Amino acid sequence: MNAPLRRVGVVAMVLFGLLFANLNWIQAYKADEYRNSDYNGRVQVAEYERKRGNIEAGGTALATSKETSGKLRFLRTYPGGDKYAHVLGYKPVNLADTGVERVENDFLAGTSDALIANRIRDMFTGDETGGGNVLLTLSKRAQEAAYNGLADNEVNAKKGAAIAFDPRTGAVQALVSMPSFNPNPLTSHDTDEATAAYNKLDNDPAGPLKNRALSEVLPPGSTFKIVVAAAALENGVGKNTEIPAGASWTPPTSGTPIRNAAPSICPEDQVTLLDAVTESCNTGFAQLGVKLGADKVKEKARQFGFEQDDLTVGQLGEDGLPTAASRTGSMEGPDGGTDPAALAQSSIGQRDVKMTPLEGALIAGSVANGGSQMRPYLVRQLLAPDRTTSYYTAKPRELRQPVSGPVASDLRDMMVSVVEKGSGGRAKIDGYQVGGKTGTAQSSPQTPDHGWFIGFVLGKNGTPISAVCVVLEEAGSGGSGEAARIAGKIMQAAIADSGGR
Amino acid sequence: MTAAAVPAASPASTGEQPGVRLARSRRNAELSLLLLALVIVGAYGATVEAAVLDTVTPDFWIPTAVLAAVFLAMHVVIRFLAPFADPALLPAVALLNGIGVGFLRRIDLARAAPVERETLAVFAGNGGRQLAWTLASVALAAGLLALMRDHRSVSRYAYTLGLAGIVLVMIPAVLPAKYSEIYGAKLWIRVGGFSIQPGEFAKLALLVFFAYYLVRKREVLSLASHRVLGIDFPRGRDLGPVLAVWVLSVLVLVFEKDLGTSLLYFGMFVVTLYIATERVSWLLIGLILFFGGAYLAYVLGGVIGGPFANFHLRAEIWLDPFADPYQDGYQLVQGLLALGSGGLFGTGPGGGEPLEIPEVQNDFIFAGIGEEIGLFGLSALLVVYLLIVERGLRAALAVRDSFGKLLAGGLAFTLGLQVFVIVGGISKLIPLTGQTTPFLSAGGSSLMANWLLIAILLRVSDGARRPMTGAGGSAARPGGGPPEQLHGAPTEVIRP
Repeated sequence: MNAPLRRVGVVAMVLFGLLFANLNWIQAYKADEYRNSDYNGRVQVAEYERKRGNIEAGGTALATSKETSGKLRFLRTYPGGDKYAHVLGYKPVNLADTGVERVENDFLAGTSDALIANRIRDMFTGDETGGGNVLLTLSKRAQEAAYNGLADNEVNAKKGAAIAFDPRTGAVQALVSMPSFNPNPLTSHDTDEATAAYNKLDNDPAGPLKNRALSEVLPPGSTFKIVVAAAALENGVGKNTEIPAGASWTPPTSGTPIRNAAPSICPEDQVTLLDAVTESCNTGFAQLGVKLGADKVKEKARQFGFEQDDLTVGQLGEDGLPTAASRTGSMEGPDGGTDPAALAQSSIGQRDVKMTPLEGALIAGSVANGGSQMRPYLVRQLLAPDRTTSYYTAKPRELRQPVSGPVASDLRDMMVSVVEKGSGGRAKIDGYQVGGKTGTAQSSPQTPDHGWFIGFVLGKNGTPISAVCVVLEEAGSGGSGEAARIAGKIMQAAIADSGGR
Repeated sequence: MTAAAVPAASPASTGEQPGVRLARSRRNAELSLLLLALVIVGAYGATVEAAVLDTVTPDFWIPTAVLAAVFLAMHVVIRFLAPFADPALLPAVALLNGIGVGFLRRIDLARAAPVERETLAVFAGNGGRQLAWTLASVALAAGLLALMRDHRSVSRYAYTLGLAGIVLVMIPAVLPAKYSEIYGAKLWIRVGGFSIQPGEFAKLALLVFFAYYLVRKREVLSLASHRVLGIDFPRGRDLGPVLAVWVLSVLVLVFEKDLGTSLLYFGMFVVTLYIATERVSWLLIGLILFFGGAYLAYVLGGVIGGPFANFHLRAEIWLDPFADPYQDGYQLVQGLLALGSGGLFGTGPGGGEPLEIPEVQNDFIFAGIGEEIGLFGLSALLVVYLLIVERGLRAALAVRDSFGKLLAGGLAFTLGLQVFVIVGGISKLIPLTGQTTPFLSAGGSSLMANWLLIAILLRVSDGARRPMTGAGGSAARPGGGPPEQLHGAPTEVIRP
C-alpha cells in the first residue's frame, strides 16, 4: 500500500501546487486590476483618508470636508445646499462625480501632479496635509440674486436658468439652474441612502440634475435679432437705415403670415433698424433675414458661438463643465434650397434655432466688450493645501471676435435703447447704463412661451461690468419682462461686488 | 509549477522502514517548534494591535498566553500518551489555530466601535469564542488520545461509525430549512442560538468505516477485473459500494446544496479505495463519475433549476464573478479584490480592510488574511498545511497495519483536499463551495473535528514510530498486554 500512498502524496503536492500557481497568477496578472477596481472599497477608504480641499468663492467655502468617526474619514458637505449645486456638482462615495468636483478632482483630492512636492514633504514630516483648494470666480451676491430671482419668479415658472459673467474677462459671476437640488444627501456615506437620493432626482421629470444654464437649448425668440442685426450692420444697413416692416408679412413660399407681438408694434411700412430692435419688430427682422440670406445669418450666428459643441467652462485651457451647442438649424425647403418661410421664422429666433443661456450671455457680453468674446471660466485660482502657494491663476483669453468695434458699438446703442425705451425696461438700474434684448419664444402650441432676457450693464466710464442671460421656461405672458427684472437684480449684485465700478 | 510547493522537509520519499528506526521520541523538537509557533502567534497579535489601535495594549499577550497554556498542555499529554508521535503536527496545527484566533480577534477589533477597541475582552466576539472552542477542541483531542491507546481499536466500531456518519450527513438534508440552512447551504443542525455542522464529524466517522471496509475487501476489489485499454477495471458487482458513495455525495450536492462537502466525501472515498487496491482505474472511474455528475448538475440547474439551481449559480459565478458584482458575485469579487489589494507582502496584520468581504470569518478567512499577509504569508500558510498533510501521509507510510495506513492516508489527504477546495474556491481556481478553512475559520464543529483528525494522526504516527519490543512485528502496548488484532480482519500480507 505504500506505492499508492506515495502517489497520493504527490497528488496532494500537485493540488497545493495549483493553489500556489493560481495565487501567483492573481498577483502577477490580476492584482493591479483588483486593487484599482471600481468595486474595491479600499480605493475609497484610501481616497477618504486625505482631507479633500475646499471649493470657495469670495472667501466662503462652498464645498468642504468634515471629519467623521466612520470608516471613511471625511464627509463632503456643501453648506450652500441648492444654491451652488450645478456649479460645484458633487463628489459621492458610490456614484459618478460631477461639476467642479469632477473637473478639479485631482487637485482637490491632492493627487494631482502639481501637488507632488506636498506629498513628498508629507512622507518625511508625517503630516497629513489635505488636497488643494479651488477658488471660483462666482460672486456670492450675484449667485444669490440669480438663485432667489429664479426661485421667487413672479410668473411661476418651474424651470429656468441664469448665467452672468464679466464680459471683459469671461469670469462667471453667477450660474444657476432651476430646479436645483441639494447635493448633501448624495455624498452620504450610507451608499443606499445616496443611491436612493440620486434615483429620486434622476427620475424627477423636472430634471433637477441638468445644468440648464450650460446645456439646455431652447428657441431664443427675439434675442436672436441681435445676431441678425449684426449681420445687417455688416452688410450695408446702418443703425438708422429704414427697413421694411408692417403689421403683417407673408414670406413668398408660405401661406402663414408673420405678425408682431402686438398691433402697436411697427405697423408702419418702414422703421429704422434701431426702432426695429427697440420695439422687437418681427415683420422687419423676418424681411431683413430673407434679404440677407440664410448663409449670412448662419455665419453670423456661428461667429457669435453657435455650433460650437466642445466649449467647456471650468479652468481655462483645461477640462470644465460641458456645454451644449447652440444651433441655427435647417432653413432649407424640400428642394434643398433656402426656404424663405423657414429663414423668416429663423430670423426671429423660431423654427429650428436653439440657443443655450450661456450663448445668450456670450452674445450680450461680446456686444458690451467692443466685439470681443472672452472665454467663460469658473476657476479663478488653485491654492495649495497650506493656502500660501498658488498653482494656477486664470489669465483671461479671448474666445473669438464676432463683430468689429463699430458694429458692437451700434449694437450696444440698440440694446441700451431696448432697456430705456423698449421691452426691457424692467432691467433698468439707476445710475448705470443697461442694455439688453427680451425674447419670447414659442416652443409648441400646447405649452406656454419661454421668456428670455440677454443683457449687460456698463460702468460709469462705459466699461462693461456684467453680461447676463436669464430664461424662464414655459413662463407664458410676462415671462421676458420677469426675466429682465431678474437680470437687473443679478447685474445690480454684480455691480455691488465689483465695488460700483 | 509545483517547485514552490515542495516544503523544506520532503517527507513522502523517505518513509521509515520498520526495524531500522531509532527510538527517539523527538518530544523536545516538538516543544521548540511549538514555542516558535507561539512566538509567531504572539507577534501577530501585537502587530494587529499596533496597526488597529496605534498602540500595543498591556494585555495583548493574554490570548496568546491562553493558547500557549492549551497547546503546552497538549504537548504534555502527548509526552505521556503518544511519546513517539510526529513532532511536527502539533506545532503546525498550533500555528494555524493561533493565527486563526488572532485574525478573528482582529476582525472583532475592526467591528467594535473605536472607543471599545482597547478594552475588548479576551473571550469576546468571534475571536474569544474561537479561543474557547480551541480549549474545548484540544481537550477533546487529548481525550481521544487517552481513550484510543491504539488506533486499531476504533476498527471495532467501524460499522457503528459508518452508520453514524451516514445519519450525520443526512440529518441536515431531511431537517426543514429553518433548522438546517445557512446562506443557502443545508449543512447545519440549528437549535436555539447554537448550530453544529454534523458533516465535519461525519467525515471522520465515514473515513474509519471506509478504511475498515476496504481493508476487508481490498483483495477482491483489486484482483477480480476486466482489462480494457491496458487498465484493469473492476467487476460490475464490486462497483456497488463506489456507486453507493457516489449516490450519497450527489444527494448531498442536491439536497444540502453543497458541492464542497460532496466533493470531499467522494474524493475521500476514491482515494482510500485507490490506496487500498493500488488500482488507477478506481481513480479514473471516480473522477469521471464526479465530474460527470457535477457537469450534469450544472446543465440540469440551467435547464430545470430546482435543486440544481444553487450549483448552477455557483458555477456561473465561478465562470464570471464580475457579471453580477453587487449581488451573486459579491463575496467572491470582494475576496479576489482583497487578495489583489494585499499584493506580494500584504498590508501587514491589522492593516487591511477585511470587513469589505462579507462573512470574512467563515469561508473567506483565507482571503481576509491574505490581504494582510500577502502572497508570501499565504504561501507560508499553505506550506504549513502541506506539511501537516505530508506528515500524515508519512505516518501512513510508516505504520505497519493496513487499517492504520488507510486511516492516516485518508485523513491526511482529506484535510489537504478540504484546503484545496476552499482556497481554490476563494481564489477562483474552482467553483466556490461552502467549506471551512481547517483551523482558521470561525466555528466549533470544524475546529473540533479537525483537532480529532489530528489526534488520530498523532496516534497513528505514534504507532508507526514506536520502537518494536518483540520480533512478531506488533507494537508495544503501554499496558504490556497481548497485541491487539484488527477487529475481524483476516490475516494479511503487508507489502513492503
